Amino acid sequence: MPTMDPNRKKSKPVDLVDSVDSRVELTESTRSCPFPDEVLERVLSLIDSHKDRSSVSLVCKDWYNAERWSRRHVFIGNCYSVSPEIVAARFPRIRSVTLKGKPRFSDFNLVPEDWGADVHPWLSVFSSAYPFLEELRLKRMAVSDESLEFLATSFHGFKALSLLSCDGFSTDGLKAIASHCKNLTELDIQENGIDDLGGHWLSCFPESQTSLEVLNFASLNSEVSFDALEKLVSRCKSLRVLKLNRNISLDQLQKLLLHCPQLMELGTGTFMQELISGPVTEFKNMFSNCRKLVTVSGLWDATPLYLPVIYPVCASLTFLNLSYATLQSSELANLLFHCRSLRRLWLLDTVGDKGLEAVGSCCPLLEELRVFPADPFDQEIFLGVTESGFVSVSRGCPKLRHVLYFCRQMTNAAVATIARNCPDFTHFRLCIMNPGQPDYLTKEPMDEAFGAIVKTCTKLQRLAVSGLLTDRTFEYIGQHAKNMETLSVAFAGNSDLGMECVLKGCPKLRKLEIRDCPFGNAALLSGLTKYESMRSLWMSACNVTMNACRMLAKEKPRLNVEVMRDEEGSDDSQAHKVYVYRSVAGPRRDAPPFVLTL
Amino acid sequence: MDQKRSTLNLFDNIDLATELRLGLPGTDDQPEIKISISGNKRSSSEIGSSTCKDEEESSFSPPAKEQVVGWPPVRSYRKNILQVKKTELETGSGMYVKVSMDGAPYLRKLDLKMYKSYEELMKGLQEMFKCIIGLYSEREGYNGSQHALTYEDKDGDWMLVGDVPWEMFISSCKRLRIMKSCEARGLGDFL
Repeated sequence: MPTMDPNRKKSKPVDLVDSVDSRVELTESTRSCPFPDEVLERVLSLIDSHKDRSSVSLVCKDWYNAERWSRRHVFIGNCYSVSPEIVAARFPRIRSVTLKGKPRFSDFNLVPEDWGADVHPWLSVFSSAYPFLEELRLKRMAVSDESLEFLATSFHGFKALSLLSCDGFSTDGLKAIASHCKNLTELDIQENGIDDLGGHWLSCFPESQTSLEVLNFASLNSEVSFDALEKLVSRCKSLRVLKLNRNISLDQLQKLLLHCPQLMELGTGTFMQELISGPVTEFKNMFSNCRKLVTVSGLWDATPLYLPVIYPVCASLTFLNLSYATLQSSELANLLFHCRSLRRLWLLDTVGDKGLEAVGSCCPLLEELRVFPADPFDQEIFLGVTESGFVSVSRGCPKLRHVLYFCRQMTNAAVATIARNCPDFTHFRLCIMNPGQPDYLTKEPMDEAFGAIVKTCTKLQRLAVSGLLTDRTFEYIGQHAKNMETLSVAFAGNSDLGMECVLKGCPKLRKLEIRDCPFGNAALLSGLTKYESMRSLWMSACNVTMNACRMLAKEKPRLNVEVMRDEEGSDDSQAHKVYVYRSVAGPRRDAPPFVLTL
Repeated sequence: MDQKRSTLNLFDNIDLATELRLGLPGTDDQPEIKISISGNKRSSSEIGSSTCKDEEESSFSPPAKEQVVGWPPVRSYRKNILQVKKTELETGSGMYVKVSMDGAPYLRKLDLKMYKSYEELMKGLQEMFKCIIGLYSEREGYNGSQHALTYEDKDGDWMLVGDVPWEMFISSCKRLRIMKSCEARGLGDFL
């Protein structure tokens, strides 16, 4: 059996692109593999990871074909890197699609509306190519109510819909899904730019709907009919994920939990009771039947009075999302005392350094920590967490791999300590909220902090830097960050050298996003040979000119070089927002007037 | 009885460079001033060097800046939720005022409703800022201690804390400032 070459070079884009004609028919004389197609397909159908499948498809023509026939799920990291027609031609039997659209900085309002990433062209093609499509997971795509209605009525076996950071639709679209998708198992609506016209959509689930396993409407504001919800939950015996919105009160939650003891993930809603009808002991046993609960989120308005209600399930929790609960340090400490099995914890910085000390002492198995700012835009206030909290956590949680930390002060020494304590970081995102802020004790740049991270944490895949940074930081990154795939940079660096170091030195770089840095044309063009091996490059508010972008576009026809015009039209020779990505679909045909494809 | 004292002369001698007010005057709340500095080539290098400017105090003080689009990188959804919560908090039962201390780079927020007397307030502040304020006395003002506590009242005047009955104080106090005792002397002189 031919073995796969582990040193296979990634000089070609590998996600979906290769030069093999997808319509090639094999004849006996070209067959090199002794296995019948059916066996090979059967074997390959056991491979899930899309990266592995990409590797498999490059081995030889037989494997390529067996792989494409056996693939059920396709992951498209950039919707413009390929067209739906190409996907449908290559993979005839897809049941599940994951599709990502806009560049990540669109989450922070850096991409104008109507930029694109419309899901509809995909749905049109899929309706004929994949009539048996079951799952669709979209991130940062533009989705309209018409598209949702089309989806609901075109795919009769449709089961799972997940929308994350999408926009353009309203609750009317959800009505269509609820009404028409008879076999729906999953409806996961997270953090979208949705037009919330009311909670009636939930009442659109027919009585015959009993197959729901995942229902997440935590991010919707309108009140749903509690009666409809309760009936839905009681007839869906396989429900394992239920995330309620803020309108669901504590006693309503209690009623719901009676119907779904099999629940594994719960978003609690407000977790508060406005009018206290009885003593708190009334809720004391609310969770006593929830023996399978491993994830809890929500707790929007939880107070010390009601938090203890959740203590009985804390021991088995592995993921606790408190990032919308404004807890103070003592409340958190009391809660975490019971949560010894936590692997993932998301917090608001209202818990302070003291709260983080509690994390360090109570959660030795912690692998992921995210600390979000409660008051990110009030620059005068000093609340939140500092370097000291982060250090406390690193001392108590040596297994930390994934961190997102927002703070207002940091020191190089603290980060060096943190790196020593937690050498296994794979994701390290530190956001010092004041742009260009130095080490607050030594007044030096934060270069050594990130130097320590990349030198010590050899498994680092994702890095986001902040604070006052010189080119030195990027020299360190280029020298040491050999496994880094994603890098986010803002308000940093001195010269082209910084960006050049990264492009030259990081072999696994796939996504590079840069804003407000003094990197110019030389830096952009130094990556000429690199960009085809990457998913994308974003550069905004840097020193790049249109001419350099044109040059890049000319040299590399397989890249789409897009420049977004600034509305103010200040200086037409400057390229204010540049988005470069590889594509086999050629330039976009749906680009709005402010997007220039060079 | 008019309890107010004129404090107009107080600030004549104060170096305004140490008065740390970020953002546009009058904008205590956080609406995003979408003055984008993207596309402005100077911005990043300016910011890089601005923190080392000598015109501010030698201790680090963040330079005044407009709000930057998309920074800090918090998703719109989360931003909206936090804003809702913040509004609820401020219009709710709490009575939050900003507290600044001369020499400290950042402000804190305090809920006046948590305290029932000047003594409790002082204790709370002293813990928060790790300083000694001491109690105000009719005769001496704050002359006995290193720091003096002042507040901005409804009319925008700066007064010594401790002047008026507690209830009157919390209903008119908009903002607190812990000053160096020597600089607050001016306030007490207007007897």
